[in-house]
Amino acid sequence: MDKIKCECGHINPEGTVLCEACGKPVEGNQHIEGNEDKKLLNMRYDGSARRSQTYNTRIVDRIWTFFSSVKVGIWLIVLALLGSGIGTIFPQEMYIPAEAPDRNPAVFYEDYYGIAGKIYYQLGFHDLYSSWWYLLLIALIGISLVICSLDRFIPLRRALKLQKPKRHEHFLTRQRLYSKSENITEEEKQTIVDRLKKQRYKIVEEDGYVLAEKGRFSRWGPYVNHIGLIIILLAALLRITPFFYLDEYVWVREGEEIIIPGTENEYYIENEKFTLDVYDKDDPKFKDALEKTGEVHKGYTTDVKISKVKDDAVVGAADELEVIKKDQIMMNHPVKFDGYTLYQSGFQENEFKTMYFDVVETSDENAEPLGDIEVDLRNPEQTYELDNGVRIQLDQYYPDYALEDGEPITKTKYPRNPAFVFSVYPPGSDEGELSFLGIGQNIDPTGENEYQMVMNKMPDTLYVSGITVRRDYTLPLFVIGAAIFMIGVIQGMYWQHRRIWLNPKDGNLLVAAHTNKNWFGVKNEIEKAIEGTNVTMVEDQQELDK
Amino acid sequence: MTSTMSTSILTFYVISIVLYLVATLFFGATVRDKNSKSKSQTKKSKAGKIGITLTIVGFSTHIVYFILRWIASGHAPVSNMFEFVTFLGMSIVFAFIILYFIYKLDILGVFALPVALMILAYASMFPTDISPLVPSLQSPWLYIHVTTVSLAQGILAISFVAGLIYLIATIDQTVRNKKTTWLEIIMISIFLVIGFVVSSSAFNLMDYEVQFEYTEEIQGQEQLLVADYHMPAIAGVQSDKNPTTLTEGKMTPLISTPNWMQGADSARKFNSVLWSFLTGGVLYLIARLALRKRVSAAIKPFLRNINTDLVDEVTYRSVAIGFPVFTLGGLIFASIWAQIAWDRFWGWDPKEVWALITFFFYAAFLHLRLSRGWHGEKSAWLAVIGFAIIMFNIIVVNLVLAGLHSYA
Repeated sequence: MDKIKCECGHINPEGTVLCEACGKPVEGNQHIEGNEDKKLLNMRYDGSARRSQTYNTRIVDRIWTFFSSVKVGIWLIVLALLGSGIGTIFPQEMYIPAEAPDRNPAVFYEDYYGIAGKIYYQLGFHDLYSSWWYLLLIALIGISLVICSLDRFIPLRRALKLQKPKRHEHFLTRQRLYSKSENITEEEKQTIVDRLKKQRYKIVEEDGYVLAEKGRFSRWGPYVNHIGLIIILLAALLRITPFFYLDEYVWVREGEEIIIPGTENEYYIENEKFTLDVYDKDDPKFKDALEKTGEVHKGYTTDVKISKVKDDAVVGAADELEVIKKDQIMMNHPVKFDGYTLYQSGFQENEFKTMYFDVVETSDENAEPLGDIEVDLRNPEQTYELDNGVRIQLDQYYPDYALEDGEPITKTKYPRNPAFVFSVYPPGSDEGELSFLGIGQNIDPTGENEYQMVMNKMPDTLYVSGITVRRDYTLPLFVIGAAIFMIGVIQGMYWQHRRIWLNPKDGNLLVAAHTNKNWFGVKNEIEKAIEGTNVTMVEDQQELDK
Repeated sequence: MTSTMSTSILTFYVISIVLYLVATLFFGATVRDKNSKSKSQTKKSKAGKIGITLTIVGFSTHIVYFILRWIASGHAPVSNMFEFVTFLGMSIVFAFIILYFIYKLDILGVFALPVALMILAYASMFPTDISPLVPSLQSPWLYIHVTTVSLAQGILAISFVAGLIYLIATIDQTVRNKKTTWLEIIMISIFLVIGFVVSSSAFNLMDYEVQFEYTEEIQGQEQLLVADYHMPAIAGVQSDKNPTTLTEGKMTPLISTPNWMQGADSARKFNSVLWSFLTGGVLYLIARLALRKRVSAAIKPFLRNINTDLVDEVTYRSVAIGFPVFTLGGLIFASIWAQIAWDRFWGWDPKEVWALITFFFYAAFLHLRLSRGWHGEKSAWLAVIGFAIIMFNIIVVNLVLAGLHSYA
């Protein structure tokens, strides 16, 4: 390798732009930072030798160079930004409104948004954030983060570690802030050094050459926050596996106890009660608003009982349960147990629970009941016997009745629109009379029935509570990633790396300063430090450039 | 605004607005000072001192309003559009105060306070009633998340203000090119906001009202609804909703709102937009005729003595300060709350996506600052675009793209 030996004696690695020790610009390497015809030095990475700028022959080098470019990184960010924006033009698949007549994406987009919607769907934008190209973009940003950081961090750290207070004249005169002062006494210099110390600068002095430095740690901010981002991306990757990330949804009816999905049949949930609270429309506080908006929900609460199957249960026998938790699940108040979290996510009202019927004689105009039955819609009995000997048999039960091609079917197994075919057997008879009953329907197919069944009061209804079941082992990783990112960003943004060099040269004192941001601040500090001395205030050579 | 309790609380709010207005005038006076006499940027003028004092007093009464409303409603007053946008205006003032004390730049006040005032005026177009919290909002994260985001947006707004000052001060107005055109478009959009405020307050004062009945399909059922306009209807309800006028003797709509606009109350909002363009356009034309040059060209001479490098630094510095705050409030706190309330910390809801876009945008901005060519004018343009993204997220995403964040 072609090491570069500087006139100060320091040996720099190949590709160095500014000598690591004295800062002298390396002849012939200034093009690396695009700086050959500029007056001021490019201090971005302190002129350290970056791999990407040095080796360019092998294919690996080319890839490395490509991804190490901040420009490439910015392009990737901009593309991700534009891509993300496209995804909000129309709702994503999961946000297709519940009231849409047809929620099938292939139909919905064209239906709602016409030709634009059709194109949107055909380009796959309805599920944009899991499309291969979006994920690829995010992955490329991840690669860019890693390579950009490695390419700069290591050489920069080395350059800052090796820097010496004595700087080459060309380094100093080509800083943005620079001045040259004559006849400066040793005392004056000492005053400045003391004042800088008071402003919390760290002073390194060697043979009368002074380097005052502060906030170097802020230089590492970008690398720290990039580590945070990489952790977040890794967490997102882990989330694809079911072990790290479990997401299930379950509907539980009031009074029902069922297995919690995703828990390998280990846990049961019972919905003891679901409560829907609404705001009181006479509440003086919210009266004005409620008059305009109408009813507003105040809270959804499910009283639940979580049970665990006992370990020593006999195989094949019914599960023996042990209650491990009784709690209320509310919005903003999920319930946790053994690594799982349950969230209140939805509810359905007016599902039927019990229906009540009277049996009357068809000929009886007063419809005097001969007896009544109660049908538990989740668990109806096959036959019901009345005291007077009338026997009622449930021939067919359609919990969620509908007609399809003229045939009665049930759409779901849930009693949302229950319908029945009953056979009523008069006392001692073997011949039943068929009758069909449903919500708002009471059909006597023969028209000769002696007995009739009539609904005698409103059916009982219940709530069904929608509960999300989650187990997410990646969460801590996201939290760590986010915390590291914040630390890094704050470190990099709220502090700045400032250096002030005081170098004697031929009886003059050269003062130069560099900061990675907030030049206004460093100028103020220098002004304070040189107050009352004969040192000339540094001039901002960038302003003079104009 | 019917109950007396909330009216007396709003008084504090109105006092703040008046104080900000007066403070703007004092900051405006500093411009003249500098034109005639001193050229020193750091030397504080008397007018500037009065200006910042008034701003701080106004900010304090603003805080009083905020606290009283919090007590009255029982929850942090950041839960509907009026409250949120008001808080944003307050954040801009707060961010301005911070950056004023770092840089002592009077010119910042001349532009930052009017921007805050416009935001506050926009807020007052929403119903000011205290509204109850739906279950998902009942969490302390409501104020943790919303206040942090809003504060960040306030700080980022200052970068827009500084960017705008930079552009007006530096862009060559002797020629007509893309730059002058775009800068003028920014000016025109400011006129449109003024147009919106002027027209809606004028008709509000007149108690103008016209109602239309129309049908809309909600959850599979045809429902009869009423659109309540408070401005004369240039654009009526969409023709596919079969609207009929309920009020007698009012102007009949000239056109129908396009059928593809399907957000809540879209016809009424579209009508307000038309009025804003009409009023704002007329005001702009008057200004143009009176000035006989582009509005930005007319302001430029007042800015000839400012230190553009310092203004550029304010642009960058406010992004540097605001970006971490935005990340914390808009992404991290937001995710924590979303995890608690909606069982997922990220769901690609339009508002979430636009927060991510804002994050990406300012991340790109900060990376571009690493390259030399992107200081100064280019940075200033970016700061303007960034603010446009923020405004898009507040106005369009909330009001047009329906999602989990639609409050009004």
